[in-house]
Amino acid sequence: MMRGRVAYAGAIHEAYPHERGVRLADGRVCREDEVVWLAPVQPGTIFALGLNYAEHAKELQFSKQEEPLVFLKGAGSVIGHRGVTRRPADVTFMHYECELAVVIGRPAKEVTRDEAMEYVAGYMIANDYAIRDYLENYYRPNLRVKNRDGGTVLGPWFVDAADIDDVAQLELRTYVNGTLHQKGNTRDLVTSIPALIEYLSSFMTLAPGDIILTGTPEGVVNVNAGDEVVCEIDGLGRLVNAIASDADFNRD
Amino acid sequence: MFALDDHRIHLAAEPFARDVDARSVSALLASGAACRPPVDGTVYGTLLNDRAALDALGGAVNAAPYKAPPKAPVLYVKPRNTFAGHRARVVVPDDEQGVQVGGSLGVVIGRTACRVHVGNALDYVAGYTVVADLSVPHESVYRPSVRFRARDGFCVIGPAVVARRHVSDPDALRVAISIEGTEPFIANTSTSIRDVARLIADVTDFMTLAPGDVLTLGVPHGAPVAHVGDEIGVAIGDWPPLCFSMTAKAGGGQ
Repeated sequence: MMRGRVAYAGAIHEAYPHERGVRLADGRVCREDEVVWLAPVQPGTIFALGLNYAEHAKELQFSKQEEPLVFLKGAGSVIGHRGVTRRPADVTFMHYECELAVVIGRPAKEVTRDEAMEYVAGYMIANDYAIRDYLENYYRPNLRVKNRDGGTVLGPWFVDAADIDDVAQLELRTYVNGTLHQKGNTRDLVTSIPALIEYLSSFMTLAPGDIILTGTPEGVVNVNAGDEVVCEIDGLGRLVNAIASDADFNRD
Repeated sequence: MFALDDHRIHLAAEPFARDVDARSVSALLASGAACRPPVDGTVYGTLLNDRAALDALGGAVNAAPYKAPPKAPVLYVKPRNTFAGHRARVVVPDDEQGVQVGGSLGVVIGRTACRVHVGNALDYVAGYTVVADLSVPHESVYRPSVRFRARDGFCVIGPAVVARRHVSDPDALRVAISIEGTEPFIANTSTSIRDVARLIADVTDFMTLAPGDVLTLGVPHGAPVAHVGDEIGVAIGDWPPLCFSMTAKAGGGQ
């Protein structure tokens, strides 16, 4: 089942795909662009993986890792489908990262990889922006690069784990203004989803709503104000985001 | 909603936090009551904000892997599994290494803080609390593993949030970290590179802080290391001290 979370007519609703847009839980059918899309789940702890696709790691000139490169993000950086992400005027390299997001469904502590998938509730598409200009070499990747307001785009749907036949065979694609720039497949993950759950739960307890962003494949390019960035993952839908200049962002 | 009038304290046995005066907090704690953390937002830790910590890196900041001194605040997230309250028993993963007890001032945000000016940054503060930011000791601050700071129980908070009106100067507070049986380790918030107002301004330049979020001012350089069996107290100013102990096993069986 695919579920979204939208704001419409003064309330927040669960929403489902419909041939004319989206169907709200109360039965109303709306166009996709007349609802405000929120992240499909209220995020708990957000984990993100650096360099978890072999080719992307090569692209950034990293060598073999001793353990998964995990960092944490705050829920305040999250926005939904069709949201707007600001590109500050002073930056030269801001890029998207299309990632498979794994949502934890049960408390998980010291789980082995063989049983790890029983703890997964479902999946979403994530677009985890980074601004390379702000990279500093202390507690990398630093939050000014990876934890900016509007920098973690999630959705449009949360898809039940049971609806995905083989999560290790999903293609990821990112289009900028309609041109395909990034393409990868979850079969190339350096650390697999079960291994990530085993690793994280070996030293901390995972809880329902925790989200693991499993890393991005090669093919990241700079985006500019006015660009439309679309991330797709097989079976999960199509996540749309727009890049806004400081002026378009319309702060007073 | 995060509202605070006087002292917010959440006794482990009660469904909601209380908001009471300092005398009542002392009376509640005198019985040895355990508490939940008095906050439930996101906790952001700040690193290298103590002048001595940056000085200790010395010329290394200009060499690989750091290559330049830090510019923006160095931050990390303490995830929700790390939250623990007054009288918690925290598991030591490896007793040879021990666990470093980074006692820090916790700045509790009272209203949504985005692009805050340094001049009125303290208006966004609901109050202050004590944070024991625990970590497995590690040398490199380049790309440390999350398993050093994100373990269950590794962010002990409380026992109370003290309303801002009770704290005349958050940048002149004595921090004392006591491991039972040893001389207390003494630090002071006055040695911070960014004071509370500057830290809030610099952080909210790129990320919004929400009511109930906590930003630590940063752990002092050379904070002590605790081991299994240690009873620890972290005190700031004359506020009720935060107490917890270190144990070898989950559940704290004696």
